Amino acid sequence: MSILRHNMKQGRNMLIIWTSVIAFMLAVCILIYPEMGRQMSEINSMFSDMGSFSAAFGMDKINFGEFIGFFGVECGNLLGLGGAFFAALLGISELAGEEREHTAEFLLTHPVSRRRVVTEKLCAVLLQIVIMNAAAITVTSLCVLAIGETPDIKLLALLFLAYIMLQAEIAAVCFGVSAFISRGGFGVGLGLTALLYFLNIIANLTKEAGFLKYITPYGYTDSSYIITNAGIEVKYLSVGIIFTAVGIASAYFKFEKKDIV
Amino acid sequence: MNIIETNALTKYYGKSRGIIDVDLSVPEGDFFGFIGPNGAGKSTTLRVLLGLISPTGGLARIFGMDIVENKEKILGQIGYMPSEPAFYHGMKVSECLRYSARLRGMDCAYEAKKLCERFELDTERKINELSLGNRKKVSIVCALQHMPKLCILDEPTSGLDPLMQREFYSVLEDRNAKGATILLSSHVLSEVQHHCRHAAVIRDGQVMACDSIENLGDAHAKRVIIRGTGVPPSIEGIKDVKIDGDSVNFLYIGKPQTLMDALSKLPITDVNIAEPDLEEVFMHYYRKMEEN
Repeated sequence: MSILRHNMKQGRNMLIIWTSVIAFMLAVCILIYPEMGRQMSEINSMFSDMGSFSAAFGMDKINFGEFIGFFGVECGNLLGLGGAFFAALLGISELAGEEREHTAEFLLTHPVSRRRVVTEKLCAVLLQIVIMNAAAITVTSLCVLAIGETPDIKLLALLFLAYIMLQAEIAAVCFGVSAFISRGGFGVGLGLTALLYFLNIIANLTKEAGFLKYITPYGYTDSSYIITNAGIEVKYLSVGIIFTAVGIASAYFKFEKKDIV
Repeated sequence: MNIIETNALTKYYGKSRGIIDVDLSVPEGDFFGFIGPNGAGKSTTLRVLLGLISPTGGLARIFGMDIVENKEKILGQIGYMPSEPAFYHGMKVSECLRYSARLRGMDCAYEAKKLCERFELDTERKINELSLGNRKKVSIVCALQHMPKLCILDEPTSGLDPLMQREFYSVLEDRNAKGATILLSSHVLSEVQHHCRHAAVIRDGQVMACDSIENLGDAHAKRVIIRGTGVPPSIEGIKDVKIDGDSVNFLYIGKPQTLMDALSKLPITDVNIAEPDLEEVFMHYYRKMEEN
């Protein structure tokens, strides 16, 4: 457990900053909802009348007049982009960071197996994602109570679950990548996340590009699907779980035999 | 029993050479020097022994165990000091020493305190604010605080001031007297000559000689410059003579006493006896190998 503890301590500042920013933005968005809600009827028709632009962001199927519809889109932007960027940074920096800073030499000349290093570092990544989401859920609940809304708890939970899965998938894929590279990586992590986000937008725009939803985790976090069907789209989610598993497995496979130079 | 034993140990990085057919045997309780110029393969050999990189060929055993199969077990008994120590950003010296001890599942506080006092290391400072010399000291304490049976030290004294170098060797000699085996790499010949009992000479990835310091004998080479006479002394072991007016410059390999006796009979006005460049000594080894 000492590697996990050490990594949590090393990442503490970054975790605090990202968590506070995301939680603060969530709070702001939820607290301005009542004000926006009054003008909702206009906004609703405006948002859904922007043609393919609305479709790209999945806003054509959502009712902004209801809190859950509004939250689905806001939550999507904050947890889906902010949270995913954070997850990517966590995943990409754990293994490659040790090599970049040349601390891998320090760590791996202690009697710890490579497998244990990967396991504890992976746990540190996932634990930080869980902490960030726990804070986001807490702030959301408090703010929802404060504005007196009563959204469907199951839908809210499903939205959060989808985003946790998305963050875990991006972190796992970046974690796998980080075993193959020995320096840098931040650009790779952020670039990959942005790419996946835009793939989803393209998939929303044209039917022919629909297959992209299998590739990008944003396929299964589509809030309009989750809200209308009260469930996460299984076909996209299962592919996501496979990607997650592949990311983790390749990290073990590669790091076990990697030369630390 | 040999603490370290390698057999045709080879490492290629893709097509480029790391080390080729390295055969080493380091007996238990030895003080072993591993000497060679930069890029010769010293660090590569040590890194293979520590399991940081995997060999492309050959075998290595430490404490009688295969280094690939029993890596963690072996590392538990080893203290390693890298040539360029790197530590985690923002960590204090004391935190780093504790982390190292925890990774070993040990409490080394007592020994760490003793070593820090001996090396005058302030444990409350942040490591990234320290100079290279002080970071080296942190690395020394990390390598020694758990009383390892085998110390592997890669260029340990570079960056340490002469006083600390002396302190460092006195600690190593204490440990050695208590039974620890020491393996250190260096490109400073005199350092190895003064402290080690056995040494291996490595060049271009290959071990050129591996023997006791006395038998390596040639390691006692000196670069001598005399003035006032146009000829070198007529004794055995004079090589690479360069005469420039009344100054004579040569490499001497042999007993110092013989040289002094011969010099005392010459009308010299000035004398300079210095450590030869390592390169020169290696050139000598090269020639010797070719002659054989």
